[in-house]
Amino acid sequence: MSTFLLILITGIGLGALYFLVASGLSLIYGLMGVLNFAHGAFLTIGAFTGLWISTKVFPNPTTLTFILSMLAGGVMAGLFALLMEQLVITRLYNRHIDQALVTVGVSLVVTALLGGWFGFDAQFLPTPLWFMNAVTIGDAIIPVDRFIYIAVAAILLIAMLSILRFTRIGLIIRAGVENRAMVTALGINVRLAFSTVFFIGGFAAGVGGVLISVFSYGVSPLMGGSWLIYGFIVVVVGGMGSIAGSAIAAMLIGITNQFANYYFTGLGDFVVVIILATVLLTKPSGLLGKVSH
Amino acid sequence: MSSLEVKDLHVTINGSHILQGVNFLVPENKVSALLGRNGVGKSTTLKAIMGLNPGTGSIKFGGTEVVAMPTHKIVQMGMGYVPEDREIFASLTVKENLSLAARDEQPNYDLVYSLFPELLTRTGQRAGTLSGGQQQMVAISRALLNKNKILLIDEPTKGLAPKLVTEVAKSLAHVADHSTMLIVEQNLALVKAIAQNIIVMDQGKVVFEGGPENLQDESFVKSMLGVSGGHK
Repeated sequence: MSTFLLILITGIGLGALYFLVASGLSLIYGLMGVLNFAHGAFLTIGAFTGLWISTKVFPNPTTLTFILSMLAGGVMAGLFALLMEQLVITRLYNRHIDQALVTVGVSLVVTALLGGWFGFDAQFLPTPLWFMNAVTIGDAIIPVDRFIYIAVAAILLIAMLSILRFTRIGLIIRAGVENRAMVTALGINVRLAFSTVFFIGGFAAGVGGVLISVFSYGVSPLMGGSWLIYGFIVVVVGGMGSIAGSAIAAMLIGITNQFANYYFTGLGDFVVVIILATVLLTKPSGLLGKVSH
Repeated sequence: MSSLEVKDLHVTINGSHILQGVNFLVPENKVSALLGRNGVGKSTTLKAIMGLNPGTGSIKFGGTEVVAMPTHKIVQMGMGYVPEDREIFASLTVKENLSLAARDEQPNYDLVYSLFPELLTRTGQRAGTLSGGQQQMVAISRALLNKNKILLIDEPTKGLAPKLVTEVAKSLAHVADHSTMLIVEQNLALVKAIAQNIIVMDQGKVVFEGGPENLQDESFVKSMLGVSGGHK
């Protein structure tokens, strides 16, 4: 029972990290039809910003400084996402292949620049000492960091859903995911919604990057690429344009991956691919997909 | 005075030259009906005016050239649009659909709810769960919330049950009393009831402009529209 609980909570924690990567990807594709291969770069930029804050600005890590490093990572990644959208994506609307190619290019450039600057070896991101603690639930001893991933993802999920549900820009984003052309036909400049979505997506990925650095025991220029693949899988399984779909799919994949890895050693990724194939064959729009364009 | 002036409008979609030099005027404070057989380019013309289909030529709205202008800016100049297939936002509630469309500081909800009182009882319902007629009411209401200088309405009675056709027609007749309107409609009875000007298209061009009295002429209707007079 203790092992089951440990795997379950670790799976939820991993799912929380997947959600942070996938939520922005999902909204960006859902609203704008942009397959953003640079999303992994947002994650990496967030992680390196967090590293810089935690090692150079506040070298003695506390809970507050870690929160600051997460926020700084999110803001920096969000601003980079916004910059990329303004400088590159706005010039390539409706040119989907060009968008995919240019975002792959941005991803490669960011990886190379960070690698040239910091090297490709993973660097340890200091955390408050209590991150190393574990809590006992029943017979299970659960590392406390899992709960941090879950809590942060839950806060961001609630924040995103609140923005989508209760604000004018959220209303425009929800409508735009369904039918972008009709939103403009109501006299709404949908570009503002595009920029908002890029910032939110970048912010979530940046925060995720800092947390992933803790989970993976280090920050590396190459980390974005591997997590991006899982991000895309979550988006496809959850449904393009659906934040709730991303959250459900992230949990499903995180938990399944962990159980499969434990009970069928090393088959976690294989099982995830099986889930992906099953969803594509039986419900190609994903669990809660909304996109019609 | 014309509210809308279309000159030599060309639209090509996926290599097909759909509109081949369309010319017409929409007089102010009158209802103009854009008629023609299926596939002659009526909906494409409305979309081109809205900026949803890129075109070349000239479209002057209130004297301002709007070809190549972004759609949202054209709409903000006072152009309301009811698309052919309603295109309501299915996952949003009726209230959200309407509030999304509201541009004016004081949107005219009173007019909308007086024309379509049924919507008042369904404000919290997801628009995708409404009947076809109710969805059409939402689509028309979105255009009526704001003080538009012109309304472009594309086949408002398409696919509706006869009872709903009457209801929608009554509402449009009410709106037509004090609006400039360009309407694409296959229901000739409705056109006769509200239009003061008819424009007939064929093969991507305008082939006739004149008064609605021509629709009383059976041979005109048959030759221009390929249908008998009255209802299609």
